[in-house]
Amino acid sequence: MITLDAMKPGEKCVIKKNRARGVVGQRLMDLGFFPGVEVHVIRNAPFVDPVDVQLEGHHVSIRHEEASFVEVEKL
Amino acid sequence: MRSGIHRIALTGQPNCGKSTIFNMLTGGRQFVANYPGATVSIKTSTFMWKDEKINLTDLPGTYSLSSYSEEERIARDFILEQKPSLVVDVVDASNLKRHLYLTFQLLEIGAPLFIVLNMLDVAEKRGLRIDAKALSHALGLPVVSTVGNKGKGKNDLKNGLFESLHNSNGKKELFKVDYGVLEPYISNVSLMIEKSMGGKKLPSRWVAIKLFEEDEIANHIVTKECSGAKEILSFVKNAAIEFEKAHDDSPRGFIAFRRHVEAEKIEKSCIVKVKEISITLTDKIDALVCHRIWGPLILVGVIYFLYELSIVRGYELTNYMIPLLEKFRNTVESYLPIGSFLHEPLLRSLVLSVVTSINSVLIYIPIFLILFALIAVIEDVGYMPRMAFILDKLFRRFGLHGQSTLPLILGGVFVGGCAVPGVMATRVIADEKARLATILIVPLMNCLAKVPLYTLLISIYFAKEKATAMFFISTITIIIALSVAKILTLTLLKNKLSSPFVLEMPPYHISTIRGVVVRSVERTWLFVKKVLTIIMFVAIAVYFLTNYPSISETRMDDYTKRSEDIKNTFLNEIQRTSFYEQLSSDAALAHYLSIEERYKNEKRALVSASDERRDRFEKRFSERYPTIYPLLNAKGKDGRTLSKAFKQMKRDRAMLFMEMRDERLHGSFLGMAGKALEPVTHFAGFNWKVNVALLSSLAAKESSVATLGVLYQPREEGQTLEQRMKEQEQGFSPLHALALMVFMAMYPPCIAALLMVKMEAGGWRWAFIALGYPIALGIVLATIIYTGGSLLGMSGKQAMGAFYGIALLVAFLLGKVKGPFFHEEEDFFEGDSLNGKEVNHI
Repeated sequence: MITLDAMKPGEKCVIKKNRARGVVGQRLMDLGFFPGVEVHVIRNAPFVDPVDVQLEGHHVSIRHEEASFVEVEKL
Repeated sequence: MRSGIHRIALTGQPNCGKSTIFNMLTGGRQFVANYPGATVSIKTSTFMWKDEKINLTDLPGTYSLSSYSEEERIARDFILEQKPSLVVDVVDASNLKRHLYLTFQLLEIGAPLFIVLNMLDVAEKRGLRIDAKALSHALGLPVVSTVGNKGKGKNDLKNGLFESLHNSNGKKELFKVDYGVLEPYISNVSLMIEKSMGGKKLPSRWVAIKLFEEDEIANHIVTKECSGAKEILSFVKNAAIEFEKAHDDSPRGFIAFRRHVEAEKIEKSCIVKVKEISITLTDKIDALVCHRIWGPLILVGVIYFLYELSIVRGYELTNYMIPLLEKFRNTVESYLPIGSFLHEPLLRSLVLSVVTSINSVLIYIPIFLILFALIAVIEDVGYMPRMAFILDKLFRRFGLHGQSTLPLILGGVFVGGCAVPGVMATRVIADEKARLATILIVPLMNCLAKVPLYTLLISIYFAKEKATAMFFISTITIIIALSVAKILTLTLLKNKLSSPFVLEMPPYHISTIRGVVVRSVERTWLFVKKVLTIIMFVAIAVYFLTNYPSISETRMDDYTKRSEDIKNTFLNEIQRTSFYEQLSSDAALAHYLSIEERYKNEKRALVSASDERRDRFEKRFSERYPTIYPLLNAKGKDGRTLSKAFKQMKRDRAMLFMEMRDERLHGSFLGMAGKALEPVTHFAGFNWKVNVALLSSLAAKESSVATLGVLYQPREEGQTLEQRMKEQEQGFSPLHALALMVFMAMYPPCIAALLMVKMEAGGWRWAFIALGYPIALGIVLATIIYTGGSLLGMSGKQAMGAFYGIALLVAFLLGKVKGPFFHEEEDFFEGDSLNGKEVNHI
């Protein structure tokens, strides 16, 4: 299973599962990380972390550490 | 409705344009209050519509209504406890689905909702057409469309609110999220709660859903309000396990997912996509602003402009403040009793020293106004999350957060900031641990007030390598501060809550001028108001600490004798002039001295004024003091004699006063403390005079140079402080100066900044930590430099290089140390559920 942090800029994927609980899980859900949602990885920050992703018409910057909780399927 | 005033609360997700709606309704007049026990502030204001008074409260913007952040708890508790007659939910039309996710939660909590569909223009630009009627129908709620930043829809909104306040929305059927396979469980628990809760205090369905969401508030409510709490909680626990087994998802995740699905459905039913727009302007700007190379360069440019506009230009503007503040001081002075030739009455010197302290803060008002306005622009435009995006990785290594960038810039990352707005700006940092660490290190930055001492010492002891020394002092602070932050987050702040970095990067907005001005003035005013009262008390305390116990009687007799000599010499000189009679008594002379000083001061303030104004001033003075005025500009032989003798007498008297002040300071509590500390500070190379200067700077660092000025009296006319220090401190080497400079760099925050630390960190405890650790750190570092440098026989320049190298190495190594992590937090229980599963297998 691939997780979101493994995706490279320019790639697209669909969320399969949000494994995070607690605050991380909550924040991810608040910003639309749900199964079935398409995520477009836009770019890495100048020091690689965090990463800018686009989903549901908005941009979210997320650290690789948090992105590793999101299971995805590459498109 | 309470006492004839309607109370409305404003809610919405971050970046939905909530504050523009607030300003649109209220016209910007507002009352800002910190929520009790919290760092989140809440704005309230009232406005009139059709002769009825409406009180509007702006709740913090939140994505959800969980218990995870302070903002969410405050918004939720306000709705539950204050029971506003209407809750206005501001919804971003361009991002309807995500915003409905909050709307559903507001519906469940039982809030009397009213929807404002805002930012229609942005939605249109994205090719979306929204049917407000369809939305209203789907939700069963009144909906009004607005474009907040252009003021569109203002009257519709006010009329809509008015109508809703008078015809409570009872008829229409409200939308309810269908939780599908979880519904049987929810209705079961809901029924159990209803039965065992004494009276229907809270919507039972909401409590049931919250229980399945694992929200601590629901647990708390049930335990407190329900007789069968144990039974309910264990039922929910078992149901959750059963559900997770059957559906491969926790009830919590499933609830959120259902909300998402239902929101999608509603969005589809009322939005028509007119045209497909793949790349927005925001995307284009971000391609540049967040670019690998351009991003950091643009950031440096923004920092440069922030400095240039607020600190450099703002500092120039303080020149316009000085005459105003002097006028204020002169006015106060004119109402104070005068005293005698030698003695100033206590009231006079005390009040004047308080006024001087107040002025030393007020002088920064122009800088604050510009700084706060610029922050408001950066906030509005949406550059903050981009800054965080660019620098997060770097700061994270030291336990900070991408959002620590702005506070550190404002504090004066390099040279010339102010800790007050710096600490204030930490409010946006979502991560509690990083926020506290940032608050504690902002005062280590080089604020404006530290600069005079640097300049003084560098120009005496590092005259040849000025640029190097300046570079050293302006970069060493951030290097040390990063190390301190890392150590703090690994120790003192270890158990503070850390939150994930999942940050929305909203589309860029143009900020409105009014919004920026209102916020800048409001924040400056808030600061001035809070600080002035405290400064007053501190100034009084400092006055007594530096003036008491007073000069001994025998010494005082000596001073009295010398003052008599000065006075008699003067009187002898003018004996033959026509003015002698008028000035011969002590009281008359003291009176004349004070009037003359005021005349000179006020005249100086009018140097560049029009002739007409100057004439008016002379006329006013001559009318007010008809007997004294002729002496002020006396001409002829007598006049010249008077003028010459008077000047000499004034100079001698000033010298005598300075000597007395010096002696008073030596003998004062502060002077004693300075001497008592010498055995410790001596390793850092500080003698007691320096100690006194440093101690007296606790109230305001600007005074360090002023105090040194008093301690190093001029022996000859017109010597500068540089010359005096050099001459009188023969034993003072560049090594001493370097130790002193580094100590000043680590100097604890001023009173105003400490107060800000207390406010933002939420407790005096933090203010004491912010006061204490820099002193200890400063002494240790200064000792390393001075004692270490002396032992190794280093020159000032060598010690500077060696110290810089060590600091860099320490920071580098600390950056390599892993942590802090938020995984270790107890509310993150991924590990727990895994363990549970393993147990089940066995």
